[in-house]
Amino acid sequence: MTWSWEVFIETIPLIFKGLWITLGLTIACYLFAMIAGFFWVFMSRIPIKPVNWLFRWIAEFIRSTPPLVQLFFIYYAWPVVPVIGVTLNPFVAAILGLGIHFSTYTSEVYRSGIESVDKGQWEASTALNLSTAQKWRYIILPQAIPPTIPMLGNYLIIMFKEVPLASTIGVVAMLHLANDYGAQYYKYVEPLTVVALFFLLLSYPSALLISRLEKKYNRRFDKKTATL
Amino acid sequence: MEEPIVQYKDIHKSFGDVEVLKGIDLDILPGEKVALIGPSGSGKTTIIRLLMTLEQPTSGIIEVNGRNLWQMTDKKGEYIEADDKHLRSIRGDIGMVFQHFNLFPHMTILENCMLAPTIVSKKDKNEVRKTALEMLDKVGLSDKVELYPNQLSGGQKQRVAMARALMMRPKVMLFDEVTSALDPELVGEVLEVIRDLAKAGDMAMILVTHEMDFALDIADRVLFLNEGVIEEQGDPREILVTPKSARLKDFLVRFTTNR
Amino acid sequence: MSSIPDISLILLKGLKVTLIVLVLSMMLSTIIALVAGLSRVSNNRLLTGFTKFYVEIFRGTSLIVQLFWFSYALPGLFNIHLGSDIWVAVLAISLNYGAYMSEIVRGAILSVPPGQTEASIALNLSRFQRMRHIIIPQAIRMMLPEYGNYLIQILKATSLVSLIGLTDFLYYGNIYRSTHLTEAPTVYILILIFYFLLALPLIGFTRKMEKVAKKGVVHG
Ligand SMILES: Nc1ncnc2c1ncn2[C@@H]1O[C@H](COP(=O)(O)OP(=O)(O)O)[C@@H](O)[C@H]1O
Ligand SMILES: [Mg+2]
Repeated sequence: MTWSWEVFIETIPLIFKGLWITLGLTIACYLFAMIAGFFWVFMSRIPIKPVNWLFRWIAEFIRSTPPLVQLFFIYYAWPVVPVIGVTLNPFVAAILGLGIHFSTYTSEVYRSGIESVDKGQWEASTALNLSTAQKWRYIILPQAIPPTIPMLGNYLIIMFKEVPLASTIGVVAMLHLANDYGAQYYKYVEPLTVVALFFLLLSYPSALLISRLEKKYNRRFDKKTATL
Repeated sequence: MEEPIVQYKDIHKSFGDVEVLKGIDLDILPGEKVALIGPSGSGKTTIIRLLMTLEQPTSGIIEVNGRNLWQMTDKKGEYIEADDKHLRSIRGDIGMVFQHFNLFPHMTILENCMLAPTIVSKKDKNEVRKTALEMLDKVGLSDKVELYPNQLSGGQKQRVAMARALMMRPKVMLFDEVTSALDPELVGEVLEVIRDLAKAGDMAMILVTHEMDFALDIADRVLFLNEGVIEEQGDPREILVTPKSARLKDFLVRFTTNR
Repeated sequence: MSSIPDISLILLKGLKVTLIVLVLSMMLSTIIALVAGLSRVSNNRLLTGFTKFYVEIFRGTSLIVQLFWFSYALPGLFNIHLGSDIWVAVLAISLNYGAYMSEIVRGAILSVPPGQTEASIALNLSRFQRMRHIIIPQAIRMMLPEYGNYLIQILKATSLVSLIGLTDFLYYGNIYRSTHLTEAPTVYILILIFYFLLALPLIGFTRKMEKVAKKGVVHG
């Protein structure tokens, strides 16, 4: 087997079609993970020891086991679970699977943001008689979220690179298209190289952008904590 | 006799195994200015944090306007632990200025002052703005209202913190060593504002302070706290000029020589 | 319907492959990370440039894509035969995570305060001695917690090897599931539990290192 530029050129438009699906899926999974991340934070703040112990370990379990197996669980096993089981299409299964997996990461990001807010901010808002909801809305979250933006941005890039896992349960995006092409013509390397290039083309500039953001927010944050 | 606005009744407070307050009894009359002095670690901060509900007593009762702070009665008339609603209904009468300002860094000076009146008291925004501007003018910061806290000096920050607390029109105001985080040359401007407040008003104040001259000037009563008990209290002149207990004498001597 | 122990036994046939891939990848990626991380902070512009290129290529693409690419390109394109697909998997995982981990090596070395370098110069240590005795010991302590986190990532990544035909947990699980559809929940839950059991020591290591890193590091 030799490298063929013809095949390479020919597969570019084919893979490009899959790019949009990959991107769409990335964004859907990411939004799910961002929102679901709050769930873990909320659970870990319930002031009942066994409850937040339980949820901490559930999150740890999800975080430290392979997302691929979790995808298979949701796609192949969930439908046959008695009573609560439902059959999901590959798209929804991927959003749930990857979304839940990464929510255990976003929750850690939120937690670090919340913990970085000075204790005095809570006390001052108590002294001003704010309700719990008002403290979160006006004082804590506006300070906790901005410094986490670069970290959350990093997770968007990581998510982008994890999304090809969805091809294993039949989501037809870039990787799946490449493998299909390979199976048909027994030419794998060229389409796979095209896939890799698309990933590189998108994630490298994004990473540069994030590290810019990181510097900006770190500076702002330093200034804030230095002066309270 | 006038009813006290704040009453501490046999208050004990422990952190873990360490008993920090060992039976505090204290009545504060409306409009009374009380200075709280004592060595570091004696429990001064804890006393005022208890009233601000930032700490809960281990035992004893605190009353504000005759209402029990940490307990309330349920429908059957039985005592149960206070819920957030109960705490908030009492907390409205109390304000606090912190040693480290605790301004909200993501809001301008004006927004810092306007926040609580608009969202807690639900007052009209334009009215609140007007009052806030007047208040900031009173503390000498009318030209800084659009700046953020980290653009101010320590003394200016502390004056904003005072304006912010005053916006809620508390009946009792708590000051926890509000000048001790400031550079020496900035202390005066902050004390000046407190002095004006004290002279002007019917607001009760509890001031934790190491500024003895200042205490002498504005306080109606001075309390000397030592190792979690009120060791001596009375007229400022009596306490600060002619102390009785050896410990207080010792404290005052050490204090004046250390400076 | 088979019992949980029966299914476990079937799945555990894959333990060997999972463990081999895991251990080899952990070792190889660590070596790659150290070499690449040190190259990134070296004075040799060519070396730094080349390493940066390697790191960006592997971080910029996706591990699963790399895995497929290696498994087709190595034998087909370069006529390299590693003898077993295990080596293909180890190589892909290690090159990928080696690239990520080299960044923590680099970051840790750069974060040792300049005062430490200056003090070592003042004591007349050579550049090598400086690295060996002063900078690296401090840097290692700082990077260990993140290193632990990456080991967990590597463990999770080993689940991909069934996609190129290696016979790990997931491989046996998928085969069993395809003939016993209703037992899929048991199968995948068991696989997840096995992975979690393997992850526990790594989680423990990471937490311990977080504590170690807080001590004994110069600040400022
Ligand atoms: N949250 C806390 N946890 C444990 N110990 C505390 C806490 N707050 C205060 N203390 C201890 O209580 C004692 C009194 O503290 P504090 O009221 O701050 O004293 P002061 O303000 O007079 O210096 C000190 O020994 C302090 O270490
Ligand atoms: Mg104090």
